[in-house]
Amino acid sequence: MLKFGKKKKYASIPSEQSKLDVPEGLMMKCNGCHKIYYRKEMKKNIYVCPNCGYHHQLNARERIESLFDEGTFKEWDEQLTSSNPLEFPGYEEKIDKDRKKTGLNEGVVTGKGMIDGQETAFSVMDASFRMGSMGSAMGEKIARAIVNAQNESLPFIIFTASGGARMQEGVLSLMQMTKTSVAIKRFSEAGGLMISIMTHPTTGGVSASFASLGDYNFAEPGALIGFAGQRIIEQTIREKLPDDFQTAEFLLKHGQLDQVVNRHDLKQLLTTLLEMHKKGGEHA
Amino acid sequence: MKQVLEFEKPIVNLKEKIAELKSFTKDSEIDLSEEINTLEKRLESLEDDIYSNLKPWDRVQMARHQQRPTTLDYIQELFTDFIEFHGDRFYGDDEAIVSGIAYYKGNPITVIGHQRGKDTKENIRRNFGMPHPEGYRKALRHMRQAEKFNRPIVCFIDTKGAYPGKAAEERGQSEAIARNLMEMAGLTVPIVCIVIGEGGSGGALALGVGDHIHMLENSTYSVISPEGAAALLWKDSNLAQKAAETMKITSYDLKELGIIDSIISEPKGGAHQNVKEQAENMDKVLQKSLTALSAYSTDELLEKRWEKYKQIGDYKEN
Ligand SMILES: [Zn+2]
Repeated sequence: MLKFGKKKKYASIPSEQSKLDVPEGLMMKCNGCHKIYYRKEMKKNIYVCPNCGYHHQLNARERIESLFDEGTFKEWDEQLTSSNPLEFPGYEEKIDKDRKKTGLNEGVVTGKGMIDGQETAFSVMDASFRMGSMGSAMGEKIARAIVNAQNESLPFIIFTASGGARMQEGVLSLMQMTKTSVAIKRFSEAGGLMISIMTHPTTGGVSASFASLGDYNFAEPGALIGFAGQRIIEQTIREKLPDDFQTAEFLLKHGQLDQVVNRHDLKQLLTTLLEMHKKGGEHA
Repeated sequence: MKQVLEFEKPIVNLKEKIAELKSFTKDSEIDLSEEINTLEKRLESLEDDIYSNLKPWDRVQMARHQQRPTTLDYIQELFTDFIEFHGDRFYGDDEAIVSGIAYYKGNPITVIGHQRGKDTKENIRRNFGMPHPEGYRKALRHMRQAEKFNRPIVCFIDTKGAYPGKAAEERGQSEAIARNLMEMAGLTVPIVCIVIGEGGSGGALALGVGDHIHMLENSTYSVISPEGAAALLWKDSNLAQKAAETMKITSYDLKELGIIDSIISEPKGGAHQNVKEQAENMDKVLQKSLTALSAYSTDELLEKRWEKYKQIGDYKEN
């Protein structure tokens, strides 16, 4: 098993910086081993370093491309975007900036499509949009996706990536945790299959709601996953945290995950799981 | 010692002055009753003025007041025969949350709430009302029992938030909170949540999925403390006062945002001035909620719960 470089990033801090950790340009330097690669080469390897195995973040489009059968993905609620409910100074400008930068209207893309011929509902968060922080628009899109999945009797797969709450929406942001969780409960009661894949980083309110509520919960190697920020924890308990604290591997060790899955194995795993849940167990 | 808040100082000063004059007249021949009368009138209007113009930051101080009544105080006032039950059956007993059953107007109910300490010693035992995962899991265990025995659930919310500790993360604090949100969504009995002090983030929310949510007038409900918000947004925790306003965390804000059902008024000067009066105000609201909710069939109850949370949020579709 390869050892992945730990990204020392603090949780639940949607700051000004809203870039992915994939460096730009023709060449890119791996965040794990710092070797220089052609971007094209890295892209072909779905941004997993061929040398050290570091999983660089994917944006929503790249994730969809890496999983869905070509041309099958149909997006839902593409136009839905944030308003400024608290009239928070400067919030609209920040949203506009990220809309231009990412081509997205919100930090999550939802829809349905085929993975190896099997239809599924889908949500993928994009950390390049306001650090994937959750506000009303994100909560609404995810809740609708779950409702659509239920109405169309589809499984629901979610890829999480979030710095936590969208501060500029205050308590409305907090309430999206409840909204999505109520939707999941209804979906689950109706027999729906939900799979959660936590990617780097999945923290704060997202970690403490839908990310943890899959029938199966997976994570990508090295991903930072946790509720409280590490700086706050260190200040509170006045001791240094272990190096692997709040990594996917740490969560697996503590019984909080079903598996840590290499990005190259993900599609096969999802395909098999979807296949296994297609029928209600016909043991003729 | 009674804790005096910054904005209350003019009131306290005036009260001291009146007391001084009174004790002076007792020991002397001079009649100061007219002066005292004037000052007492001024005190009344000063109190009205100060307490009816509380700023969000003042309310934050009220919500955190050392003498502010806690869950156990309200249990004592509102219910009879309270029996506390301990432990989550997985790991331990988290005393930051109390949980049990009692009678409310002759009917059994399940009551769960965050519990702060009254002094340092108790606060350490109760971790200042900041739960660990076993606290949420204990709460959920009792909620399921409430469902089994068809008892309504009352939750008192009073926490700075989930405890940011290493052990809490190791034991799956994210999962514990998330699980409560999801399971509370499906409980087939009425749930009434009342924010009595601070409603801090995920730690509050884990007891907060109710059919009706009420807030005491001077309580707060927020995604992060004003100090935390100021540090994150403006890199300056001294701007907490500004953050308390910008983040919209008071009962009046929450009502306007369409999140809570009602504001429970507090006695002049805050809940700690008169616990009995506070409990009476709460009693009226609680009874009304439970009466209304008990009229629904299970399907209606769950459908309305979904409708309630479905509409929370503000976004655009262009
Ligand atoms: Zn590398």
